[in-house]
Amino acid sequence: MADMSPVKTKMPEQEPQIRNKNFKEVALGYTPEMAVAEAKRCLNCKNKPCVSGCPVNVKIPDFIEKVADGDFEGAYKIINETNSLPAVCGRVCPQEMQCEGKCVRGIKGESVGIGRLERFVADYYRENCERIIPKIEKNGKKVAVIGSGPSGLSCAGDLAKKGYEVTVFEAFHTAGGVLVYGIPEFRLPKSIVKSEIDGLKALGVNIMTDMVIGKVLTVDEIIDMGYDAVFIGSGAGLPMFMGIEGEDSVGVYSANEYLTRINLMKAYIDGYDTPIKHSKAVAVVGGGNVAMDAARSAKRLGAENVYIIYRRSEEEMPARGEEIHHAKQEKIEFKLLCNPTRVISDENSKVVGIECIKMELGESDSSGRRRPVPIEGSEVLINVDTVIMALGTSPNPLIKNTAKDIETNKRGCIIVDENMQTSKDGVYAGGDAVTGAATVILAMGAGKKAAQAINEKLKTKN
Amino acid sequence: MADFDRSVGTVTIIVQAVGYTTKRLAKLNEGDSILNLAGPLGKPTEFGTPKKASVIGGGVGCAIAYPQAKALYNMGVKTEVIAGFRSKDIVILEDEMKRVCDNLYITTDDGTYGEKGFVTDVLKRLAENDTYDLVIAIGPVPMMKFVSLLTKKYGIKTIVSLNPIMIDGTGMCGGCRVTVGGETKFACVDGPDFDGHKVDFDSLIKRNGFYREEETHACRMGDIYNG
Repeated sequence: MADMSPVKTKMPEQEPQIRNKNFKEVALGYTPEMAVAEAKRCLNCKNKPCVSGCPVNVKIPDFIEKVADGDFEGAYKIINETNSLPAVCGRVCPQEMQCEGKCVRGIKGESVGIGRLERFVADYYRENCERIIPKIEKNGKKVAVIGSGPSGLSCAGDLAKKGYEVTVFEAFHTAGGVLVYGIPEFRLPKSIVKSEIDGLKALGVNIMTDMVIGKVLTVDEIIDMGYDAVFIGSGAGLPMFMGIEGEDSVGVYSANEYLTRINLMKAYIDGYDTPIKHSKAVAVVGGGNVAMDAARSAKRLGAENVYIIYRRSEEEMPARGEEIHHAKQEKIEFKLLCNPTRVISDENSKVVGIECIKMELGESDSSGRRRPVPIEGSEVLINVDTVIMALGTSPNPLIKNTAKDIETNKRGCIIVDENMQTSKDGVYAGGDAVTGAATVILAMGAGKKAAQAINEKLKTKN
Repeated sequence: MADFDRSVGTVTIIVQAVGYTTKRLAKLNEGDSILNLAGPLGKPTEFGTPKKASVIGGGVGCAIAYPQAKALYNMGVKTEVIAGFRSKDIVILEDEMKRVCDNLYITTDDGTYGEKGFVTDVLKRLAENDTYDLVIAIGPVPMMKFVSLLTKKYGIKTIVSLNPIMIDGTGMCGGCRVTVGGETKFACVDGPDFDGHKVDFDSLIKRNGFYREEETHACRMGDIYNG
């Protein structure tokens, strides 16, 4: 009989006013006892709605049953059949919109804490079990994967398990893509990403860093090197700006630059070589997860006042509820229905403030959200010394510019068919490079789907 | 990056030790290594089909002006090089540049070598008496600004090569954004070459000072590190 408690087993967290001064992980994870207790809340329903909510179709009730029995290693093996990066997914997936959103227990009360359990299992396995390297029979076929972010890693992992010789080309000096340059340490420790990538390497995946595809090699050159298929998972890395006055002032960052300096370039470590502004007051413009990450990072670097400036209301914010909640707990101030009109700087071009205009919500627009409309004459000045633009990103143009036979749409996103195949034979794509900026797990789902399609196409080919 | 040799698989990189990282690079000896090197990045230069070109290098910018002059000269373009330095002790690539142009003019700010004055002084004199259809300017931003102002007067197409603060060089950070013809461009993927008559140099100059305070601090730390 399942435990019918209407609420999830609580996961311990660092106290908000302590954690907003350090870069250690916010959520601390379940103990084995907590995990077993939470697992017992699963009804193990026949039709498994949770599985259909998961972009990589983890066999959720099966692994949870193993957790309830205390067989954590067995649980890991079930998750890992379909998910190459469980420790990452358990931390950053928007479960409330996916598996947990479909959980029957969520109808009356809280859903089963599937994400927390996935995280627990992955962490337990990493810390307590010896990594099992499955015997894989090589099939003699080669696949190139461009980009080592979530879509590329998931595609690479699935193909390696099926016996393909997989090479991942990464532009940066470290593999992981947005998992290492974008998502901060306090949400996703880099040691965990590294360990997941080591797992893929153990499967035989070869990762080549400093390979900027489109520059060092073109897609055609990769094909000429004898690869039977290519998967493009180059992400959506190009940051957008508002185009307002003063945006070129000293103290205006893109969220990408700010977060990369802090994460990948380790400016969060006191005394590290990478320069970063240690700001007193920071305005972060935008309402997505990246905006929350930037704001919470600025707070941790010592800023006294950190504002989220968003032109719509909280309801329309694209960030996860949990991220907004955590940001508020950490004393990030929300300036909603507020849109920057110009950045103000002093005689040395240093930012001293941001002028914003109040907004109200009008008619619904094409996204189905109510369009924000400025209220004339309602300009306000917010005193800040740093502005971080977190307005979204668009796909990187390097591949598009050097592979003209790969069709893209007006926004620069690669066009694919239902099998993730591009207009170029043997070349597949997925993740943000196709959809524009989205989530880690959707990118992983796309990488997985492409891996299946590549396998279908190549398995009969000699 | 000043040169390459395909036969032995090498590239030649010239570094001026001015900041924390470049000072550390300057400490390297033969056989030492650095962790990573990626490239080439950015778009290749498009010269068009000029008849007579003037390639202008300022200081360490000559490291880039040199291969540009070489490419033009090898295309059969009448090529003149104007190389400006602060002082005699930092003159670089003189022999190399001499080999890839029809005339080489060297200036120093303090007059310790070549002609006393700025590259723009020479350019002005040459442009008064001759017809150029291309100027390429690579060096400190103020130099590129004043070269562009001058060539605008003479109506000579001018390409400048920009080197703003950059993290990855692949279009990800947006740190290298410059305003060109009123539009935001990224020097790493849209450049580094831009039309000198359209670049907002003043904005670029102030953005290049973004980390001046932090850099001064790091350099002092670097001095400690370097003994």
